[in-house]
Amino acid sequence: MLDYAWIIPVIPAVSFALILFFGKKMPRQGSEIGIISVLATFVLSCVAAVEWIQRVNDAAGKEGMGVLSAFGKGFILHGGEHEAVVAPVIHSVTWWQNGGIKFSVGTQIDGLAVMMLFVVTLISLLVHIYSTAYMHGDVRYTYFYAALSLFTASMLTLIVAENTLQLVVGWELVGLCSFMLIGHWWEEKENTNAAMKAFLTTRTGDIGLMIGVIVTFFAAGQTFNIVGINHAALNVRGGHTIWLVGASCLLIGIIGKSGQFPLHTWLPDAMAGPTPVSALIHAATMVVAGVYLGARVYSVFWEGFSISAGGMNPMAVIGAITIIIGAGLAFVQDDIKKVLAYSTISQLGYMVMGLGVGAWTGAVFHLFTHAFFKALLFLGAGSVSHSGSHHSFDMKKDMGGLRKYMPITFITFMIGSLALAGVFPLAGFWSKDEILATAGQGGFEIFTVVGLIGAVLTAAYMTRCIWLTFFGEYRGHGHPHESPRPITGPLVVLAGFSIVAGLANASAFGIEEFAKYVEPRVAFPPVLTPDFDLTLAAVSFALVILSLGIASVFWLDRKELRALKGLTDRNVAAKTAHHFLENKYYLDRLYEGKIVAGIKGPVANAAYWVNQHVIDGVVNLAGKGTTGLGRLVYRFVDQDGIDGAVNGIANETGQAGGLMTYIQTGRVQRYALILFGSVGFLALALVIFN
Amino acid sequence: MNWFQEWALTLAIFLPAVGLAIILLIPKAEETAAKVVALVTTLATLGVGIGVIADFNFDASSRLQFTANEPWIDVIHARYHLGVDGIALPLLILSMFVTVLCVIYSWNHFPEPHNPKAFLALILLLEVGMNGTFLAEDLILFFIFFEIVLLPMFFMIGVWGGPNREYASIKFFLFTLFGSALMLLGFLALFFLEGTFQIPLLTAKGGINIVRITQNLIFAGLFLGFAIKVPMFPFHTWLPDAHTEAPTVGSVLLAAILLKLGVYGFIRIALPILPKAAHDWAPWIGLLAVIGIIYGALCCLAQTDMKRLIAFSSVSHMGFVMLGVATLTTFGINAAIFGMVAHGLITGMLFFIAGTMQHTYGTREMSRLGGLLKQAPKMGWILGFTVMASLGLPGLAGFWGEFPAVLSAYSPAHQVMGLFGGNADVTFRIFMVVAAVGTVLAAGYLLWMYQRVAFGEPTPEFADAHIHDVSIYEWIAWAPMLIGILVLGIYPDIIFSVTDPTVTRLTQLIGR
Repeated sequence: MLDYAWIIPVIPAVSFALILFFGKKMPRQGSEIGIISVLATFVLSCVAAVEWIQRVNDAAGKEGMGVLSAFGKGFILHGGEHEAVVAPVIHSVTWWQNGGIKFSVGTQIDGLAVMMLFVVTLISLLVHIYSTAYMHGDVRYTYFYAALSLFTASMLTLIVAENTLQLVVGWELVGLCSFMLIGHWWEEKENTNAAMKAFLTTRTGDIGLMIGVIVTFFAAGQTFNIVGINHAALNVRGGHTIWLVGASCLLIGIIGKSGQFPLHTWLPDAMAGPTPVSALIHAATMVVAGVYLGARVYSVFWEGFSISAGGMNPMAVIGAITIIIGAGLAFVQDDIKKVLAYSTISQLGYMVMGLGVGAWTGAVFHLFTHAFFKALLFLGAGSVSHSGSHHSFDMKKDMGGLRKYMPITFITFMIGSLALAGVFPLAGFWSKDEILATAGQGGFEIFTVVGLIGAVLTAAYMTRCIWLTFFGEYRGHGHPHESPRPITGPLVVLAGFSIVAGLANASAFGIEEFAKYVEPRVAFPPVLTPDFDLTLAAVSFALVILSLGIASVFWLDRKELRALKGLTDRNVAAKTAHHFLENKYYLDRLYEGKIVAGIKGPVANAAYWVNQHVIDGVVNLAGKGTTGLGRLVYRFVDQDGIDGAVNGIANETGQAGGLMTYIQTGRVQRYALILFGSVGFLALALVIFN
Repeated sequence: MNWFQEWALTLAIFLPAVGLAIILLIPKAEETAAKVVALVTTLATLGVGIGVIADFNFDASSRLQFTANEPWIDVIHARYHLGVDGIALPLLILSMFVTVLCVIYSWNHFPEPHNPKAFLALILLLEVGMNGTFLAEDLILFFIFFEIVLLPMFFMIGVWGGPNREYASIKFFLFTLFGSALMLLGFLALFFLEGTFQIPLLTAKGGINIVRITQNLIFAGLFLGFAIKVPMFPFHTWLPDAHTEAPTVGSVLLAAILLKLGVYGFIRIALPILPKAAHDWAPWIGLLAVIGIIYGALCCLAQTDMKRLIAFSSVSHMGFVMLGVATLTTFGINAAIFGMVAHGLITGMLFFIAGTMQHTYGTREMSRLGGLLKQAPKMGWILGFTVMASLGLPGLAGFWGEFPAVLSAYSPAHQVMGLFGGNADVTFRIFMVVAAVGTVLAAGYLLWMYQRVAFGEPTPEFADAHIHDVSIYEWIAWAPMLIGILVLGIYPDIIFSVTDPTVTRLTQLIGR
């Protein structure tokens, strides 16, 4: 399967076409095509994963295969230890050519790709199944499945990309699918606004991506090849500056796609789409495309931002700001999906910060675990709205006390929340700890602290969310009941993964399977493998538990903390802070109210005014001037000088109306005649005198 | 096949003229006969084009093939010299292809005052001029074909156009003619300095005998002629008016083919014949190109008429094409050619849809439209697809004109100077960033248009109207374009592999 990986994205692409053209005629309106195709890709991805593991194990058996010579000195042994080299499996064909250089399209399969294939196909499969119930009876059920298939195909294209340009193709196509699915219910202007905002904001980031791809293309000696670029970056081909520029530009792309500050504002709005879409696209897969890009061409960032030197760099700082910004906003949301959306932003911040502090494995590992528990939480929220709150997502108005009615949803949601909060031994604990430990040991101590603060906030806002949703009295008006099996089934599967996924790299127990199989070995920088830090883990765990406890007490309305209730109404500072959060740091007002409205309104109108009055004014003036001149010539030269017979035909301006008469009056012909005549005369004269 | 080698290009140009003559003999009332003749003629012409592809030596695509070179007007040394190479071939095929589709679309879409006979005759005359321009290897011949297209387009706008057609058609005619006059002066100057009108000979000399200042002056004349046709900012104002008033098919042909004549003129004539001047002019062309990108996009955002918006989007898109040309690199010029083909298909398609909207709703005012996806879902999907292609979504054709053009600006040809004698790399990298910003604006105005036209509920005005979805004629006319957009987007090497050797050789010539 490693050699035929191109089949994996092609299957859902074919499925997209089939659903689009034949879906409506199928007994289950096309959903069966989608489910079968994504099941097939899932099975193939598992086969690929097994083969990759086999390949790594084989290589460990007979060390130092011949690939060393193929990649020259750019390849570096992991952490200085003696490890076998396992080259990615690359297959490509010519895609286009320019200046005699042939550019290829193909597949690059290594541990990272295999891991992503597994995650994406698994969650896509679960979401496909879940949607059969959740989207049942939707006006555009078939269309929904078609879009899901297209999304899966695009995401898989991105993952297996062998070069940055192909990655860009997948990147933009997943953006298109995101647009289509956020705007799924396009009758409502609100939804289409959200879709446009998502597309345009990520496109703004894509300016950086586009230029970053171009800069790295030239820096690496005119190649888009990912291994080639990493290789060139590690060798600092062409000097440090160009890699700094390249890394900075690519970072802008990551900021746009992965919801980082200050371009994160589209992600909460994207919740206008159906909930399964939020789980698949806006939590587990598409939004991590930026992180994936960072992990893919990691050497560029490693070199560009001098990550090995420790200290500060833009990537870590952006990630850190995003952790806090996102977590802060998650506190003031009443919409359960918005809480989760801001939480996603915050967690993506961990991943980006992880990449920034040299915690490649930690960041990618967090991507892996986050996919499970965040998809679980979103699907859980969907289950609540589907069967508990009568299609509402408002925790304060329509939820409360649902644990009695929806036990499976409740338990799985709890597991997801605890995993997200980072409670030992669930998934989030291990991956977050990996990032924080690497930051601490790699010279980025301050980011460890930020990460810990983020963990405290995460535990607190999730407690709030759970209390509002599942505890207290039911405040809605529906008849809450447990969701049907197609919904609870995926929840249970994801809950299982949320529990065990962290054990793939449970460094405390000496398990480092994830690092062993996923970390690249070719053209990869010497990232730090942190030692397990018991103190850090204990502190982090204790803080999370403390936060959970305090928040529970607060939301339980116990008298110990009652003094804090209503603080935002009494204390000016708290009120201001709350207001500031409720207005999302005023970023939306700046972007939509000032920048977008400014360009769409005054700037565009000014440009058009210039067009109509200045530039076109000159044109019209020239036209009128020439006509006037023509009149003068006509009156004084033509009329007086030349035979009157000509006058008869060339009757001035169309009094008779209608265009044909207008033309017959001969204005245009006359211009043409004069032009051709004079030029011809000139030519003839020149020929004679030549 | 020797016979075909010698006659193919002549057939490609003059088969439509034969069809035109036959149509003129058919009585006006026999509309079907005129339609059939037009269709058969354009199909036969496309057949010749396919024959040319089949017989084209792709291993030597940088060489002129299918050449015909006969004496023509001896007194001014003008020759009947035709040829096709890797640059001309894609554009020639595009021209033949789009003309066929326009005839099919016209089948039951003749705008007022109807008269299919005259309308089809004009389309065929247009094809003579378009094919001829792409194939001419003699400056006088080129000039004549270049000018021939004015006439049918003038009548098409002036007779079958919208309410403001007279102004638009005359503006179109005079503006372009003005450029042509200066262009012709440039041609004549070249003749007197080099003693020939033949493009291959002039290219071979590469202006070696012409001092730089003279080169620059001649280039100025050619520049005006071509830049108005492209159109480049600030010579573009004829375009929105012409497009707004033109009948649908006129708009499609105008956008898909006529605009390309200008860029083709730059690539075929101005750059290789006057390389020194090209180096001097390049940063200024690049500057106007990027201004055009942003400026066109901003003007789009100010539009209320769908068709006028698409017209301004052409200004923006042709900016990318000209930015690629201005870099004088293989990347840029390849991108420009690809961009022209892509723009021809995509914007042509957008104009088709805008025309059909006008036909079904009786208006193109976006404030009155809405809910197209609800009333005519197929058309809504097609519009969505085309909009995505137009904003440069990778995987569709538009991307491959845009991205390599932006990429080429990172590193322009080393003979090129920067603005005001500055560093060329710095100058063009600024252009690159500005052009990249243009891609966001493009997404903005196109999605905004789509949101207003296709999303939401139909406005009360049309809520109960019975709207026809895509008809069979429209399917036949559109499906090939849509497939073309998709296929070129997925496998761009179809065009790049043809143009690349020719462009590589061309940039070597320009680099002298």
